[in-house]
Amino acid sequence: MPPATIPSAADRPVHLIAPSRGWVPVNLAEIWEYRELLAVLVWRQVRVRYKQTALGVAWAVLQPVATMVVFSVLFGRLAKLPSDGVPYPVFAFCALLPWQLFAYSMTEASNSVVASQQMLTKVYFPRVLLPLSSVAVGLVDFAVSFVVLIAMMLGYGLRPGLEVLTVPLWTLLAVATAVAVSLWLSAINVRYRDVRYTLPLLTQLWLFVTPVAYATSLVPEAWRWLYAMNPMVGVVDGFRWALVGGAWPGPSVFVSGGAVIALLVGGLFYFRRMERTFADVV
Amino acid sequence: MSTGSAIVAEGLSKRYRLGAREPYGVLRDRIGQLLRSPFRRRDRAEPAWIWALDDLTFEIGEGDVVGIVGRNGSGKSTLLKILSRITEPTRGRALVRGRVGSLLEAGTGFHPELTGRENVFVNGAILGMRRQEIQRRFDEIVAFAGVERFLDTPVKYYSSGMQMRLAFAVAAHLEPDVLLVDEVLAVGDAEFQRRCLGKMHDVSQEGRTVLFVSHQMGQIRRLCRSAVWLDRGRMRAFGPTDEVLAQYEQAAGSRDAEAAGGGVFGGWELGTGGHVLDGGSEPFVLRIRISPGHPVSEGHFGLGLLSTSDEIVGGWDFEPISLSGEGELLEIALPQLPIRPGVYRWTFTLFDCGNNLSGGRLVEKWVAMPDLQIHAQPVGHSQDAFAGVLNVPASLRTGSGAVVESAGRGDHRPSGPSRLVVGLG
Repeated sequence: MPPATIPSAADRPVHLIAPSRGWVPVNLAEIWEYRELLAVLVWRQVRVRYKQTALGVAWAVLQPVATMVVFSVLFGRLAKLPSDGVPYPVFAFCALLPWQLFAYSMTEASNSVVASQQMLTKVYFPRVLLPLSSVAVGLVDFAVSFVVLIAMMLGYGLRPGLEVLTVPLWTLLAVATAVAVSLWLSAINVRYRDVRYTLPLLTQLWLFVTPVAYATSLVPEAWRWLYAMNPMVGVVDGFRWALVGGAWPGPSVFVSGGAVIALLVGGLFYFRRMERTFADVV
Repeated sequence: MSTGSAIVAEGLSKRYRLGAREPYGVLRDRIGQLLRSPFRRRDRAEPAWIWALDDLTFEIGEGDVVGIVGRNGSGKSTLLKILSRITEPTRGRALVRGRVGSLLEAGTGFHPELTGRENVFVNGAILGMRRQEIQRRFDEIVAFAGVERFLDTPVKYYSSGMQMRLAFAVAAHLEPDVLLVDEVLAVGDAEFQRRCLGKMHDVSQEGRTVLFVSHQMGQIRRLCRSAVWLDRGRMRAFGPTDEVLAQYEQAAGSRDAEAAGGGVFGGWELGTGGHVLDGGSEPFVLRIRISPGHPVSEGHFGLGLLSTSDEIVGGWDFEPISLSGEGELLEIALPQLPIRPGVYRWTFTLFDCGNNLSGGRLVEKWVAMPDLQIHAQPVGHSQDAFAGVLNVPASLRTGSGAVVESAGRGDHRPSGPSRLVVGLG
């Protein structure tokens, strides 16, 4: 084989290696540069996830469906929670989709940096790809479950209006929330392994302050603004409004949106700050 | 930075907290501290720091192949980690031109559940290769690793050797402008090591810059034009390989002697001087300087020759021997050493049996630091995998009376006493 030609010196970029100072955000341009690695990391997780399981990908659907059934019996039939005129199973399932996306991503992403210790100490790549890839895997499950939701809506004869066009927007908001929380938790987890033990409790509490099993209309009007500080409130209300004809959530959407942006921007800075010492600490 | 240089470092330093690593805390402790004394600043015991790298300044030209030597903990790996951006320096800065590929450990990112084929793509992507690049070189990678038949088997069913070969194969086909290699070649069988070294030699021939950490002086001598000697984070020497290694080995030799307590082992060399044996089919003499510190009346002296993977290639023992205890020179004559070209190490053991019937007291045991290098033309088998250790020619006569000589490795046969080619795969 002839020796490969390498470009002349002037064509090649020069990297500066120096201690970073102060607060800078995660380098977004670099994430784009490494998009292929991101794709591979996602693919690897998807590929490995259901290996040697009897049911395989069916698990992605089974989990939210089972939760939906439990909720329908407990809250819909027994507790008779109001569901804003929508059949309760659809009402719950429509909220469970973004919720599962969020909860799964958060759990997986929080541990993603620590779990990749081997890679972290042996090769350079933007570390932020680790939590990002976990969130992306959550999106794959989300897409699969979405098909089930469409089937359910057809079964119940529900026909969404033009609002359905805003679904990508709400999905984006859900992803942004998942990314924001993941950035914080995955970075903290490198230094404080307590995060792993806090997560189940955190997820459970978060579920209760999110209108998954019940409708936002149960929350007193005066407290809605505070309630909406939980970005998942905006996400879930938005989904219901867009898909099954729930009430327009009103200004609380903007409160949720603002909260996500604050959390996300803070997360980008915090992650970068902690990233410097990942390889030394993990 | 000037156009001719690949790496420029200015005052590069890295500080670590003493104790294993930066500790990761438990939140409870922090909270507990705050509860007990909410108004006092957290009183931390002043942590002890260690400078793993201390003010390194150097410049490496494009296409240079530079060996890095030094004792364990001298900062070699830290330097590679900083240059590959795995960890940040505490002070100073470095400029690196072009794509950097690091091979600090083979197999990073291998997933046991994925097949060999899948892992090649994952591992390649992690090391920074584009999908198309991997696709283009896929067959080459697989052939290099020799795992064709197991491509669609999950890697968890591979032997560790197979995994290692596959991992190195991927890494070796990276095409970075600057390649950083830590001691990955220390593992694997001798045959595979040779192939890896050959691959690295090819990479350097293509005009890429290579930084190479190794404890095996022979490897560095063969591959590198210049070398860096690190000692406790500082640069002791940087220059032509021969000069730097000579200084390093001298220091290491005297340190070996120191470590041996009273300096029992004082170094060794061949009768012709140095540690390089040209040929191996001629008689030669080995000189070993020892000073046991006390008279040995019925001593037992053992001599072993080890391959780089620590297999015993040859062993000899001598008893009884008596030594004065002062420094003296032992001369061991061997009629020949017809083994394959490569790098080997001596081990020496000295027992003082005295009146002790139960086998004697170990006075000292050494592994000689400067490697013995055999420079010879391989004459046994043309394929490394079947060549073994012995390097003895044979001839075959057929029924018709035709005589065929055993093959050497024709395509790599050196044309002269070239140091770079001999022994490379």
